[in-house]
Amino acid sequence: MSLQLEASPTTGDEVISNYTINFGPQHPAAHGVLRMVMELDGEIIERIDPHVGLLHRGTEKLIEHKTYLQALPYFDRLDYCSPMCMEHSWVLAIEKLLNLEVPIRAQYLRVLFAELTRIKNHLLNIGAHVMDVGAMTPNLWVFELREDCMNFYERASGARMHAAYFRPGGVHQDVPLKLLTDIGDWVDKRLPELFGDAMSLVMDNRIFKQRNVDIAVVSKEDAIAWGFSGPMIRAAGIPWDLRKSQPYDVYERMEFDIPVGTNSDCYDRFMVRVKEVYESAKIIKQCLAEMPEGPVASDDGKVSPPKRGEMKQSMEALIHHFKLYTEGFHVPAGEVYVATESPKGEFGVYLVSDGSNKPYRCKIRPTAFSHLQAMDFMARGHMLPDATAILGAIDVVFGECDR
Amino acid sequence: MAVLHSAPRFTRIEGLKDTLSRALGDRLVEAHEEHGELLFTVKRDSIEDALRLLRDEHSYQQLMEIAGVDYPSRPERFEVVYMLLSLTLNSRIMVKVTTSEEIPVPTVTTLWPVAGWLEREVFDMFGVLFDGNTDLRRILTDYGFEGHPFRKDFPLTGYQELRYSEDEKRVVYEPVDLPQDLRQFDFLSPWEGADYVLPGDEKAATSPVDEVKTTESTKDTGAGGKTDEKAAEHVAPAKLESDVAGQGDGEPAPVDTDVDEPGAPDPTEDRLDQPARENTVKDTPGATQVDQADSDKEQRGT
Repeated sequence: MSLQLEASPTTGDEVISNYTINFGPQHPAAHGVLRMVMELDGEIIERIDPHVGLLHRGTEKLIEHKTYLQALPYFDRLDYCSPMCMEHSWVLAIEKLLNLEVPIRAQYLRVLFAELTRIKNHLLNIGAHVMDVGAMTPNLWVFELREDCMNFYERASGARMHAAYFRPGGVHQDVPLKLLTDIGDWVDKRLPELFGDAMSLVMDNRIFKQRNVDIAVVSKEDAIAWGFSGPMIRAAGIPWDLRKSQPYDVYERMEFDIPVGTNSDCYDRFMVRVKEVYESAKIIKQCLAEMPEGPVASDDGKVSPPKRGEMKQSMEALIHHFKLYTEGFHVPAGEVYVATESPKGEFGVYLVSDGSNKPYRCKIRPTAFSHLQAMDFMARGHMLPDATAILGAIDVVFGECDR
Repeated sequence: MAVLHSAPRFTRIEGLKDTLSRALGDRLVEAHEEHGELLFTVKRDSIEDALRLLRDEHSYQQLMEIAGVDYPSRPERFEVVYMLLSLTLNSRIMVKVTTSEEIPVPTVTTLWPVAGWLEREVFDMFGVLFDGNTDLRRILTDYGFEGHPFRKDFPLTGYQELRYSEDEKRVVYEPVDLPQDLRQFDFLSPWEGADYVLPGDEKAATSPVDEVKTTESTKDTGAGGKTDEKAAEHVAPAKLESDVAGQGDGEPAPVDTDVDEPGAPDPTEDRLDQPARENTVKDTPGATQVDQADSDKEQRGT
């Protein structure tokens, strides 16, 4: 019996048409609820249409119905990986409208916790990015460090994630000295040790480089035109960091470097974040060394609440407290756009006040929105598995993107 | 006014407002500076030209954000605000145009590709049309959503809610049914001139009747002679005794019954004419706190 080959049913002049797949909305590498309609030619991405908004909660509309202070916790829930940096833009926008002076210790505390938040955010993104392209261990290790950050959060504010710690006029309450020394020890010993170990596994790893180097290269011109910010624009070789160029709070007193990429690919974006963790650690050390004693909230009784003890003695303080937590404070009419350097990039708040106790309009400028829009042109011509690497390097969180 | 706040400090350029106003020429409607922010209102039809000019000749390279704002009382109710950033000058400005529901705004996707989604969002949330944007789909709201939720006349609760129906094995859409009313507390100080009327306030101005009616005597009640007489029987006489229990201005007359009621117990002792008792009962420390000796014993494990 001889073996006879049948004619292949697909050889000949068959034309294989492109096919379309759904990436998400429940995909572990989508970093949340992202649905991407991908048009593929074999395994090559021809076109991507990201569908966002699956986590849209109408935060901006809700804020219009809350007082300025009540609106603050919504910001924790935007980018839930870096809650305090979200609050930062909001409180600065209010303070800009009020022209309110913040005590210097409060500014130091804000910078300290903003940088701790940056580390916390980058640790999650680095770990997730590494896991998206196949490595498991570093993610588990950096989650240990993230847990430490959460504990610091808890000791300062009482909440592990949704801190509501930054307040208009300062911070909610002072931190105990032991917390500051513990953060100092952590930054000196545990962070560089464990983070260095975790990164040594991936930075020079052949597989990791194969998956990231030369993936989604974006030119400087494109990065500007597509509204990139944060690590995305720095990886493109543009040394643009709002902490340096438009300093807020006490950032102008801090000495730190801005890491920039040379090749503008996913590997550069990853490495920019790795370096930024060390730079943030530097800033934290400076904050700890220089932080003066003093009040942590503005002494303007019309904006920041009185101390508990004062309320027992002073009728005026009691009235202030009552009015602040029912009516809230009034903000002068006007409009401002305040943008800070969140771990993911420029996080802006466009705040329109009509002079009442509630914002007339609050437009939140998310970072991931612009970056995700560029997904189509960044991924075009790459393989399907590269999409996860590109997405990981964008550092997208949907609480913030969809608002 | 001195700058006291610690919000981001970008470079303040002397005379920037005048320079840009001159450059924008007749495209400009109004320019003003407030809270350290430069705002230029330009004519709607020339927004693309104006932004191209700012991008190419005044080095505002980046379009960071497009925001919509709704002012329902204005003839052109929407404002579209463009936030521009200059990386080289380290400066921010805002450029805005006004529009209404029907009149489209020229797109700026020709200048910045990032404008695509930003315009889609303004369209989705406010219903502002962008002329020339080839991909003006909804972006943040649900597939098949109707209405523009960030308009001021759109209710916070929305119109539709959805849930997973176990019967139909799919997500079903239903009109919003709140188990509890949406509570909007208004804490604005009424003495600072709140411009609203509380329910019932409108009655305060006018008297409900022309002549206020009072009742001076039983005749004024209008109940009739018989009722007045009957009522007079029950009026408590101005003396201690009364035939009816519970009336009169004294104690109610005791009612004798056959039942032997226990009543309150007699006092166990009457100390009215006795000297106060010596303090014989002492509060032992053991009653309220742990005895030191006891706890020591426990610690030793005996």
